[in-house]
Amino acid sequence: MTRTDAPQAFVYDAIRTPRGRGKKTGSLYEVKPIDLVVGLLDELKTRNPSFDPGRVDDVVLGVVTPIGDQGSDIAKTAVLKAGYPETVAGVQLNRFCASGLEAVNQAAARVRSGFEDLILAGGVESMSRVPMASDGGAWAMDPATAFDTSFVPQGIGADLIATIEGYSRSDVDAFAAESQARAAKAQANGYFDHSVIPVRDLNGLVVLDKDEFIRPGTTVESLASLPPSFAAIGDQGGFDAVALEKYHWVEKIDHVHHAGNSSGIVDGASLVMIGTEEVGTELGLTPRARILATAVSGADPTIMLTGPAPASRKALAKAGLTTDDLDLVEMNEAFAAVAMRFMKDLDLPHEKVNVNGGAIAMGHPLGATGSMLLGTIVDELHRRDLRYGLVTLCVGGGMGIATVVERI
Amino acid sequence: MTQTVSDHGAVSEHTAVRYEQDADRIVVLTLDDPTASANTMNELYRSSMAAAVDRLEQEREDIAGVVVTSAKKTFFAGGNLKDMMKARPEDAAAVFAHIEAVKADLRRLEKLGKPVVAAINGTALGGGLEIALACHHRIVVDDDSIVLGVPEVTLGLLPGGGGVTRTVRMLGLQSALLDVLLTGKKYKPAAAREKGLVDELVGSRDDLLTAAKAWVREHQNDEEAATQPWDRSGYKMPGGTPSSPKLAQFLPAFPANLRKQAKGANYPAPRAIMSAAVEGAQVDFDTASRIESRYLTHLVVGQNSKNMIQAFFFDLQAINSGALRPSDVPHFKATRLGVLGAGMMGAGIAYSAARAGIDVVLKDVSIEAAEKGKSYSDGLLEKAVSRGRMTPEQKAEVLGRITPTADYADLAGCDSVIEAVFEDPALKKQVYGEAQDVVNGDALLASNTSTLPITELAEGVNRPEDFVGMHFFSPVDKMPLVEIIKGAKTSPAAVARAIDVVQQIKKTPIVVNDSRGFYTSRVYGTLLNEAAALLAEGVDPQTIERAATLAGFPAPPLAMLDEVSLTLTQHIRKATQEAAARAGQTLPHHPAEEVIDRMVGEFGRKGKAAGAGFYEYPADGKKFLWPGLREHFAKPGVDVPLRDIQERYLFNMALETARCFGEGVIESSAAANIGSIMGIGFPPLYGGTVQYMVGYEGGLAGFVARARELAAAYGERFEPPADLVKRAESGSGF
Repeated sequence: MTRTDAPQAFVYDAIRTPRGRGKKTGSLYEVKPIDLVVGLLDELKTRNPSFDPGRVDDVVLGVVTPIGDQGSDIAKTAVLKAGYPETVAGVQLNRFCASGLEAVNQAAARVRSGFEDLILAGGVESMSRVPMASDGGAWAMDPATAFDTSFVPQGIGADLIATIEGYSRSDVDAFAAESQARAAKAQANGYFDHSVIPVRDLNGLVVLDKDEFIRPGTTVESLASLPPSFAAIGDQGGFDAVALEKYHWVEKIDHVHHAGNSSGIVDGASLVMIGTEEVGTELGLTPRARILATAVSGADPTIMLTGPAPASRKALAKAGLTTDDLDLVEMNEAFAAVAMRFMKDLDLPHEKVNVNGGAIAMGHPLGATGSMLLGTIVDELHRRDLRYGLVTLCVGGGMGIATVVERI
Repeated sequence: MTQTVSDHGAVSEHTAVRYEQDADRIVVLTLDDPTASANTMNELYRSSMAAAVDRLEQEREDIAGVVVTSAKKTFFAGGNLKDMMKARPEDAAAVFAHIEAVKADLRRLEKLGKPVVAAINGTALGGGLEIALACHHRIVVDDDSIVLGVPEVTLGLLPGGGGVTRTVRMLGLQSALLDVLLTGKKYKPAAAREKGLVDELVGSRDDLLTAAKAWVREHQNDEEAATQPWDRSGYKMPGGTPSSPKLAQFLPAFPANLRKQAKGANYPAPRAIMSAAVEGAQVDFDTASRIESRYLTHLVVGQNSKNMIQAFFFDLQAINSGALRPSDVPHFKATRLGVLGAGMMGAGIAYSAARAGIDVVLKDVSIEAAEKGKSYSDGLLEKAVSRGRMTPEQKAEVLGRITPTADYADLAGCDSVIEAVFEDPALKKQVYGEAQDVVNGDALLASNTSTLPITELAEGVNRPEDFVGMHFFSPVDKMPLVEIIKGAKTSPAAVARAIDVVQQIKKTPIVVNDSRGFYTSRVYGTLLNEAAALLAEGVDPQTIERAATLAGFPAPPLAMLDEVSLTLTQHIRKATQEAAARAGQTLPHHPAEEVIDRMVGEFGRKGKAAGAGFYEYPADGKKFLWPGLREHFAKPGVDVPLRDIQERYLFNMALETARCFGEGVIESSAAANIGSIMGIGFPPLYGGTVQYMVGYEGGLAGFVARARELAAAYGERFEPPADLVKRAESGSGF
């Protein structure tokens, strides 16, 4: 168990913007990423009147495409624009799709180390304004590197997982339809209301007040007509062949993933307030959860998306827990097959995993998703009066990340 | 809505946008609000334009193209400012919806898929130009009385009818901001074409519709002509978007330069314009347009636009249209003006009058002095010629109107006289004694003085009913205001004629009643004294100066005290004290007095004219604050908040204004607002001294409450006068 003399990392609040469709017609396209973050920094002050921004040591934000108007350390820029004291620092980090949870984990580790007392961790991604992959990078763009490390796009890896595991198109579509149904129900029942903060314009007018990507009524049948997303690049781009060099026993990749059973491209931001028990007492804040353990790990980078299982096992071991102790799990639905494979790896029933739907229904604002999931699981542990939760995401490069929380 | 039956027997609605189609299937939309003399973006316009565009869309297949023109003298006047004055922050949703609705119709017109041409028959400012910008082609009558532009910024607003979004896409960010949006510059037709705001000029109004229809006929099947550049595939913004490295290297300097130009004063409109332009350049047209609406909404519901609209639209319009002029007096036009005294002020008055076509007799004690006064005009006119703003012939004509003389007899035939000798009552009486019987028997007799009571000066003339104060500001050729002062015996006719003369020389008159310092000098004095008081408290002199410019004052107060001269300040104080003593009163002591007296007495620093004051005036360089100020006055550790310093300036001026109202020195809030801005540099962003009080957070009651706070902290001169408190409590306002 945890060392009793080390400071605890408590979660005092966890909020997020709604997720807007990540294209020009999406509601949040007109909103600059800086304003998504500033709106949340403002809201932390509003809903926690005793919270003193001057006590914040650092603001850690995940951004996966940190260029253009979400470049140049947007964390510190947002702190300035929100009018927080100038002693509050800000740093932007990038661990691909895990960035938001990485921010939470780093904050938790720094608080538990005793070096710092209060950190805001989260992420932001405006995928409508700053397109995915527009920041370049050696892995995909440098042939010598790509050659040596067998780079293939994630979607190929997801299709490869489905092929190896024998998930048919209707299997993955059924998972997707369930995600939609759960998200629609949760939204309709107001399960997200505690943490979703409407995005407003400079006049206070609401721009978006709830997740707009969800498609209630989605069925396996309605998804059937969607064309596979990765068949063409798998074939004409040569990526299937690269993947099959390593997975030489697989005859061919069955391209089952498409826009309806993969995570949606959306805009959004999230923040989690993490601090010691002492700072919470000092500021009159009520802890909602305790972060017990965090971990990152990795697996084969070509299939890329199987990292969550080793990361989760590592974090659970540190927390002194087993899979059976887990009451709820949030596993990022990057692709349906990835979540299904993870449940199989950890022998988790779907009843405990993504109980309010996931990124297939609500979207995956890359840098912000991890910290959004942390908030979602804390809210749901409270709603159901349960104790232990696990958040995990698959990560580019074959990595996986995990965080184990205990409701307080 | 009323309905009328037209000649053709068809039912036509009561509309501000007439819809007519000719034999060539060209639809002419005529902007013609039947309820007003000018077209504005009121509710009738909105519903009429919506109906017109609906019909265009329905009958699209039977239409060759569209001409948009106007039946008024001007093309279209713009937004409805009265409505905007009422909008509060809680009305943001309705304001935003209205703006979006107006724009949606123009966007539909622009995307009709048929060529649309604006036939601009008259001035198109603001919303007027924005309607034209939503057309694919713009033709304007080449008449220099027509101007085009988006001057919203001067009223604290932004062109939110698509003006930001479209000019940025037409001209590129840099040009749209600097040449059109941030300056609010008004272009004559030829210049507008050169800038790219319009496409074609025609010689006369008669040719306009013909040219417009000809363009439609030529382009009736031309898909590209019926598509705005920004809606064509492959459109590239001139100069690039903010993400292009070429523009990105300049972008950080945009906001910094804007602040530099405003000397740090908080003008929300330029900031909103720049933000809307840059943010809009990063997204598609429709999103950019929505961003523009949000920023406009913010300005409309905010206080600054109300301040600026009140002063620069309503107050100025009231004054220019004669609200302060006795109405039953026939209009007077000066033809021959006598100017007594050819010093700085007299020379400037002579120049302004000659520029306005009035013959001027410039009289001084010697012909040399009179000639020197005339040479002032020569210098100014020569500068205009060298800059190409005037021909040598025009210069000669203006200069020829000024007759310098040392002989009173040359004043014969003058129908008006302005005396501008030294501020010495005896001297003024003397020159009027000499002049009054030479000029016309009914000539207007005016005295340019900044402080001397007019009633007393009037005792020196034999026609006190024709005698009036006419307080010009220095330098006369640049300063737009003239303060007209009524003496006890001044007749309404004299006031009316004085107003007419001031307007004839293209300046703005305000009318006040007689009092020592009148209105503007009294109020200005409180600002200057407060700066000296801050010095007495030990505030750093640079902070005293910069606080003023950051608050929106055009110049820093210690520098202005130097301009006025410290000895003159002492002199005025002494005269005021003596007058008070005669009336059996004593004036309250002001902490500025020791500072001024020490500066003059202990340090021998009398002001700018003496070459040494609060500033040093090196012969070969720019003035700088005298280092001795820090040594002798500044106290380390004194920390008066910047906001308090700024409010001490503003409140002093506003409270003195309130006292002037209480004493009947000034009776018009429009006069107070315009007089304080144009005469003595009250920050335009607050809309003048009265608007500052009523527009203060919490209204007049909020102003009174804050004045009491300042009084508690900084002295009883901030105590609000009783009748101001009454105005606040009764809600009667100004």
